[in-house]
Amino acid sequence: MAMLEIKDIEVYYGMIQAIKGISFEVNEGEVIALIGANGAGKTTTLHTITGLLSPKKGSVLFEGTDITKIPAHKIVSLGMAHVPEGRRVFADLTVYENLKMGAYTRKDKEETEGTLSMVYERFPRLKERKNQLAGTLSGGEQQMLAMGRALMSKPKIIVMDEPSMGLSPILVNQIFEIIEEVNKSGTTVLLVEQNAKKALSIADRAYVLETGKIVLEGDAKELMNDDSIKKAYLGE
Amino acid sequence: MSFISYLINGISLGSVYAIIALGYTMVYGIAKMLNFAHGDVIMIGAYVVMASVSGAGLPPVAAVLVSIVFCTVLGIVIESVAYRPLLNAASSLAVLITAIGVSYLLQNVALLIFGANTYSFASVVPVSSIVLAGGSLTITGEAIVTIISCVVIMVGLTLFIHKSKAGQAMLAVSEDKGAAQLMGINVNGTIALTFAIGSALAAVAGVLLCSAYPSLTPYTGSMPGIKAFVAAVFGGIGSIPGALIGGVLLGVIEIFGKAYISSQMADAIVFAVLIVILLVKPAGILGKNIQEKV
Repeated sequence: MAMLEIKDIEVYYGMIQAIKGISFEVNEGEVIALIGANGAGKTTTLHTITGLLSPKKGSVLFEGTDITKIPAHKIVSLGMAHVPEGRRVFADLTVYENLKMGAYTRKDKEETEGTLSMVYERFPRLKERKNQLAGTLSGGEQQMLAMGRALMSKPKIIVMDEPSMGLSPILVNQIFEIIEEVNKSGTTVLLVEQNAKKALSIADRAYVLETGKIVLEGDAKELMNDDSIKKAYLGE
Repeated sequence: MSFISYLINGISLGSVYAIIALGYTMVYGIAKMLNFAHGDVIMIGAYVVMASVSGAGLPPVAAVLVSIVFCTVLGIVIESVAYRPLLNAASSLAVLITAIGVSYLLQNVALLIFGANTYSFASVVPVSSIVLAGGSLTITGEAIVTIISCVVIMVGLTLFIHKSKAGQAMLAVSEDKGAAQLMGINVNGTIALTFAIGSALAAVAGVLLCSAYPSLTPYTGSMPGIKAFVAAVFGGIGSIPGALIGGVLLGVIEIFGKAYISSQMADAIVFAVLIVILLVKPAGILGKNIQEKV
């Protein structure tokens, strides 16, 4: 059984259909990439999975349970964390307070402290700046904070929306290394990226979205050598 | 001595404004809406105290508690019935107009139940006045209780927001509702809690206001409500210390204006000062300058 199953979802913004029947699945331990151009429906798909939007048709199953109707704020405690597009850190709170916010639903105080030191270990930069306001961090540091904040809920699966957006190439590499590490330490990853090359390089499998539909899917390494992908997304 | 006496009266009146302003500023900070019915909750709170004391024969302290509970529930009901369905409406004006409607509704319900007559509100403050400086300076019990209540509420609320989990949720929701949801925070619940706290404080403000200025009509809440809104803007809307500073400044300016310039012109002076301050600091004294993203 797949960890996360998306079954034939259709999502509308008012009268406009953004997602026209998408199905895919994420297995435990995988890194799955959703790639596609601007407006293909990648973010909409993620928002539907984590409950920020609800589909008109179709369902989302997490570990076998139908979570389609569960509101966003109850999804986290099921073990799914969402790193939103544009990082969305709490600018007026300190790095430490942001991380605490990530553990909002957790009741196990001591274990949460353990997770905090693990996050600090993974992101030494955040530890150095723990008393700094999040709004004063650089873009790369804010992305690390957004990821660290998501990890604070100890998720089984982490859903990431455009983690490379607006970052320099060096930082992009660093962020993707961290995503790989997070995955190796046992967290399943669902990644939405415009940077298809990077995403495919770390993903196990990938789905290609075009105007609300999946047009191609398969093994990430094979997709990287696919001519149509090369032409459309990899700039070759 | 009269200067000190005016100052104390000003701080006392300003403390009431500050307590009311907290309701405006918290709701604005968290739900990004202006609850113009907030002033009328004060009036309802005062009527509930009056009815509980003279109608049901409750002791004053119990009557105040009844009023706090009543207004808390009223605040939650107003939020869930009138505002929540509109929070995602295309125009934020929809909520604003609804708030004005709720304001008139509360006034007219009070008019229907209690009539248009002015009631004399019997002070529920059990503290007697202090006479200092050989009789030339009198500090009323109401002023003492009002100022102390304001300080206690400010300290309590600040601790609540920074130390409690629900307070942290409020901070998160005020910054980014979407991201707050992703943290597992119930945004609607947090907004309802904010209305509950604001309305409970309105009940307290109503009791304090009517104990110091004992005439009660269905319109009693509207002018203090508007002034407290001004105080909130004055101090920087969304900021809790801003509500305190704005409220106290406004109260002191109003009383000094009445005492030294003209009692008819006092309100005009208050609003003129507001205009000047906003020209110099558009975001208010403690307000953040919002940078437009390009």
